[in-house]
Amino acid sequence: MSTYSLSDGLASGAPRLSRAPLLASWVRESGVGILASVAWIAFGLSCLWWEDVGDWSRTHSLGIAAFVIAVVALFGTVAADYLGSAGRALRQRAPWLVVLGVFMTLWEVATAKFAWLPLPFFPPPQSIIEVYTDDLPKLLDSVFASVKLQLGGYLIGATVGFLTGVSIGWSRAVGYWVHPVLRFIGPLPATAWLPIAFFTFPSSWSASTFLIALATGFPVTVLTWSGVASVSNAYYDVARTLGAKPSFLVLKVAIPAALPHVFVGLFMGLGSSFAVLVVAEMIGVKAGLGWYLQWAQGWAAYANMYAALIVMSLLCSGAITLLFAIRDRLLVWQKGTVKW
Amino acid sequence: MVAATALAEIDAHPAAGAALDIEQVSHAFDIDGAELPVLSDVSLSVEPGEFVALLGPSGCGKSTLLRLVAGLDKPRSGTLREDEARITRPHPSRVVVFQDPTLFPWRTVWDNVALGLEAQGILKSQRHRVDAALDLVGLSSFRNAYPHQLSGGMAQRVALARALVNDPKILILDEPLGKLDSLTRITMQAELVSLWQRKGFTTLLVTHDAEEALVLANRVIVFSDRPARVKADIRVDRPYPRHRGDPYLADLRRQILGLLGLDATW
Ligand SMILES: Nc1ncnc2c1ncn2[C@@H]1O[C@H](COP(=O)(O)OP(=O)(O)O)[C@@H](O)[C@H]1O
Ligand SMILES: [Mg+2]
Repeated sequence: MSTYSLSDGLASGAPRLSRAPLLASWVRESGVGILASVAWIAFGLSCLWWEDVGDWSRTHSLGIAAFVIAVVALFGTVAADYLGSAGRALRQRAPWLVVLGVFMTLWEVATAKFAWLPLPFFPPPQSIIEVYTDDLPKLLDSVFASVKLQLGGYLIGATVGFLTGVSIGWSRAVGYWVHPVLRFIGPLPATAWLPIAFFTFPSSWSASTFLIALATGFPVTVLTWSGVASVSNAYYDVARTLGAKPSFLVLKVAIPAALPHVFVGLFMGLGSSFAVLVVAEMIGVKAGLGWYLQWAQGWAAYANMYAALIVMSLLCSGAITLLFAIRDRLLVWQKGTVKW
Repeated sequence: MVAATALAEIDAHPAAGAALDIEQVSHAFDIDGAELPVLSDVSLSVEPGEFVALLGPSGCGKSTLLRLVAGLDKPRSGTLREDEARITRPHPSRVVVFQDPTLFPWRTVWDNVALGLEAQGILKSQRHRVDAALDLVGLSSFRNAYPHQLSGGMAQRVALARALVNDPKILILDEPLGKLDSLTRITMQAELVSLWQRKGFTTLLVTHDAEEALVLANRVIVFSDRPARVKADIRVDRPYPRHRGDPYLADLRRQILGLLGLDATW
């Protein structure tokens, strides 16, 4: 090979060499986005291509919405570099968009178009959309009622549980009286009280609030207590030699040191209180998402049940997210906390 | 490392040392019903502003004695006095620096140092003292850091600042440098001496290192095995700064190690 052709090869090879990795990285970064766009176009087409086997009014709108999502996914990922953090976020979630698009397509085809899944039990996506558009007021009322009940019961339970836990952990006398009661009543599932509670309380709403508070209070009490009890004596010694009074030891040493435990209790309490909330709404309270589920079942309105389940899951997940955010705020001093 | 302005700030609140009298103190612990005698008839008189090092075999009762001086525990018999007043409970005029820094992990460095003033309810008007104490140990730039972000030496310096900000009359140090690497240790020994010389507090230092005791202290008390008795009370009449190679100190060191039963191995 002559010197000439070598330098010629290098000269012409250089741009090709740099173009190939560029293309590769472009495909890597935008390819998934394009795939997501294809998946959502497929979903849109699956909505519009065949006739529905049933009578649903939102099929057309759903198809259009799918195309809109496809366009957003396409431009969002291809032009991500110009869209700042929103573009980066979209690119990061692109693989999920692909999976969701495929899932929606399969769901649409298997229900609305060919009814491979038995129909009233497996409603198509458009019928769930229909619930959100046509039954919105009732659904919102239910959401509002559930949030109100849950929030009231949870806040009462968490506050009482926290105060009880600190008192038992701090004072031997309080522990002597409260501990046996706690051992006797605490492990009982709060739902076991349901029949009695609905008789003895003046309203089903107050009964449910009490039960949610009970379900929240037990884990919060136990974990706050164990948190306070496990605070190292060395911290108290340090504070005492620096002139701390008992109130300072409780408020500024015991409680902050126990806070990581308290949050574990708050998470556990949140989980068990959700369960109580739904059961209480199904059995006693004539409002809320639990009641909505029950009501939908009575009418064999399966789409409404799925719609309510989705809302419920968003609410529960939102509550957990909120609690995690509060914890991360209060416990910045901890290293290596779990991300939700 | 020591900022002049910081020292001036701290010197604005002079705290001369207090006298400490330990009179025939004995102490014991109950372990599974059996009595474990830990201190046996310990008497010790410390002059205001003296720097006393306590040496003794591990587990002999040195930390127990310091806890009694701090007022964290009460002796089974005997009395302890600070400037004639009987010690019955902790007081910020007697501050302890423990072997572990025991910083509060949920508080920033600044808030840790502010602990004493906050507990005494005087932080609002005395915030400058916290800044000064942090300057003094050279950690002003870490005021907003959390303890888990500090090295061992830095954490121990924060613990020292947390003690000094209270202007103690008696500073009680329980092997505060024991876990540090030798370089940090030597630096902190020098800082400790200069602080003590400027502020004049009485110092009780427990250490397991005879050399450290001799470089720092006016007086070295050697304890026996558990239950601890005062075995020897040695004056160290040497000006500061002291040199580790000083033959006078080397001689004392040999003598002390002999008392501790280590003649052959020094
Ligand atoms: N709170 C306690 N309860 C029971 N025994 C203790 C307690 N504190 C210390 N001891 C015992 O007292 C002895 C002296 O301990 P300490 O004063 O810590 O020794 P050191 O001289 O090493 O500082 C040890 O044998 C230890 O086990
Ligand atoms: Mg000790």
